[in-house]
Amino acid sequence: MFSTRNFNFSKPVLFVLILFPSLLWAYQFVTGNLGVNPIEKLMDELGLMALRLIIITLMITTLSNIKPLKSIVVLRRMIGLFAFYYVCLHFSTYIVLDHFLDIQFIIQDIIKRPFITFGFISFLFLIPLASTSTNNMIKRLGFKLWKKIHYLIYPVAILASMHFYVLVRADKTEPVIYMGIIILLLLHRIFKRLTRPQLAQ
Amino acid sequence: MKILGSEITPYKTYLNRRKFIKGSLASTMLATVTSSAFANHQSDLSIYSKNLNGNDKLNSYEEITTYNNFYEFGTHKKHPHLNSGNFKPRPWTIKIDGLVKKPQTFDLEKILSNVTIEDRVYRLRCVEAWSMVIPWQGFQLSELIKMAEPLSSANYVQFVTVFRPEEMPGQQKRTIIWPYREGLRMDEAMNPLTILATGLYGHEMPNQNGAPIRLVVPWKYGFKSIKSIVEIRFLDTQPETSWETLAPWEYGFYANVNPNVNHPRWSQGTERRIGEFKRRETLMFNGYEEEVAHLYKNLDLTKFY
Repeated sequence: MFSTRNFNFSKPVLFVLILFPSLLWAYQFVTGNLGVNPIEKLMDELGLMALRLIIITLMITTLSNIKPLKSIVVLRRMIGLFAFYYVCLHFSTYIVLDHFLDIQFIIQDIIKRPFITFGFISFLFLIPLASTSTNNMIKRLGFKLWKKIHYLIYPVAILASMHFYVLVRADKTEPVIYMGIIILLLLHRIFKRLTRPQLAQ
Repeated sequence: MKILGSEITPYKTYLNRRKFIKGSLASTMLATVTSSAFANHQSDLSIYSKNLNGNDKLNSYEEITTYNNFYEFGTHKKHPHLNSGNFKPRPWTIKIDGLVKKPQTFDLEKILSNVTIEDRVYRLRCVEAWSMVIPWQGFQLSELIKMAEPLSSANYVQFVTVFRPEEMPGQQKRTIIWPYREGLRMDEAMNPLTILATGLYGHEMPNQNGAPIRLVVPWKYGFKSIKSIVEIRFLDTQPETSWETLAPWEYGFYANVNPNVNHPRWSQGTERRIGEFKRRETLMFNGYEEEVAHLYKNLDLTKFY
C-alpha cells in the first residue's frame, strides 16, 4: 500500500527527471550537439515527450483505480503541467526556430494542413486545463464544472496522437502504439462508467 | 537571388578535371582510387567548392553521411549510418532487361571501365523540405543507356534497388513494398544532368548513401534518386514507383521540385538547408530550370506532380 505521502515524497525526484530532458536538449541545441538537423530534432523530441506525458496522465487516472495505488493521483497535476510545458516548447520551436515568426505563413499552415490543425487544437485545449490546475481554481469553479473542463484531456490526447500519426511517412508503428494505449484507457473509462451502480436521480 | 543550376553545376567544366580517378578506374583498381581520393578529400576541399556561387555552400561529409533517408536500413535519419555496416557493395552486377536489343547482366567494374567519372556538385532537395549540397562522383546515365542499347519503343526506364534483408535490416519490416523501385521518362534519363553516382567527396559511395551505385536526378525530390541499383528495365509504359504506389495523393511519378505545388501535409515553398538556421526559398526544379524546364513544356505540373 502506497500512501499519499509516499507519492508526495517522489515528487521532487520526478520533477527533476521530467524537467531534465528539456534542459539537456536546450544545452545540446546551443552547443550544436543535436545532430545534423537540430531544429527538426528538437521539435520532434519535445513533441514526443509532450505526447508521452499526456498519455501518462491518462494512465495515472486508470492506475488510481487499483486500490494500493489509489494515491498515485497526486502526481497527475504535476505531470499534466509538464505536458503543457513540453507542448509550449514544442509549439514555440515551430513558431520561432522553424518558421522565424512568419505569422502569416504559420496561420496558413495551421489552417491548411490537417496534422498541424490537430496539433494546434490540442494545444488550445490544454490552455484551460493548465490554467485551472490550482486548488483555488477547483474551489472557485466547483469540482463538477472543473471535472467537466478537464474532460478536454480526451480530445487533447486523441488529437495529439493523430498529429503524430499523420506526420510519420511510412513506419506508423510508434504512433499506432500510442493510439492503441489511448483507446484502451478510454475504453476502460467507458466500461467503468457503464458498470458503475446508478445513483438515484 | 535566383541561382541557375549551371552556376552551381558547371558540369562541362568538371569534365575530365579529375583524370586520376578515371585512370585508376580504367585499371579497375578501385581500392587505389579510394585511398588517393580520400587523401584528396582531406587535403583539398577547394576542388569541389571553387565553382560554387555565394548562395550555396558544400555540406560536410559528416552531414551527408549521417542524415539519410534510406528505409532499407531503417526509417530514422540516423539509421542508415548506424545499420549499414554489414552491407556488402562488392561484387556488384546490374541486370539490364526489358525493351533492349539484348538483355544482359553487367559487372559494375565493366561498366565503370567504359564510362567517364566526373565531379558533379548538386543540390539535393528532399520531399520533406530539407536540402544539402553534395559533391558527387559519377557518370551520365545516358552513357549506360547507350551501352544497354534500348529499342526505340522504350519510353521509360525503371530502376530496382537490391533486396537483401539479411544485410538491410529495414527490409525485414514491410514499411514499403520491397524492393524499392523508381523510374524516369526516357528524355529525363538521357538528360545530361542525370547521373549514376559511385562516390562522394572522393570516397567510394558510402553504404548509407546507396553503395555502390545510385541515381542522382538533381531537379527532382530526393526519393527519385534510387540507391544501390541492381536492375534497370526499359519499358514502353510508365512504371510503378515505390512512393507513388504507397501514397499516390502525396507522391507523383514526376516528383519535380516545385515550390508552387505543395505536399498535402506541408509546404514545398521553403526548405531548410542542412547547416543553416533560417529556411530558404525553394527554387523551381531545384534551380535547374534552365536545363530541364523544356522537358515539361506541355505538362500540367499541378496534375503531374
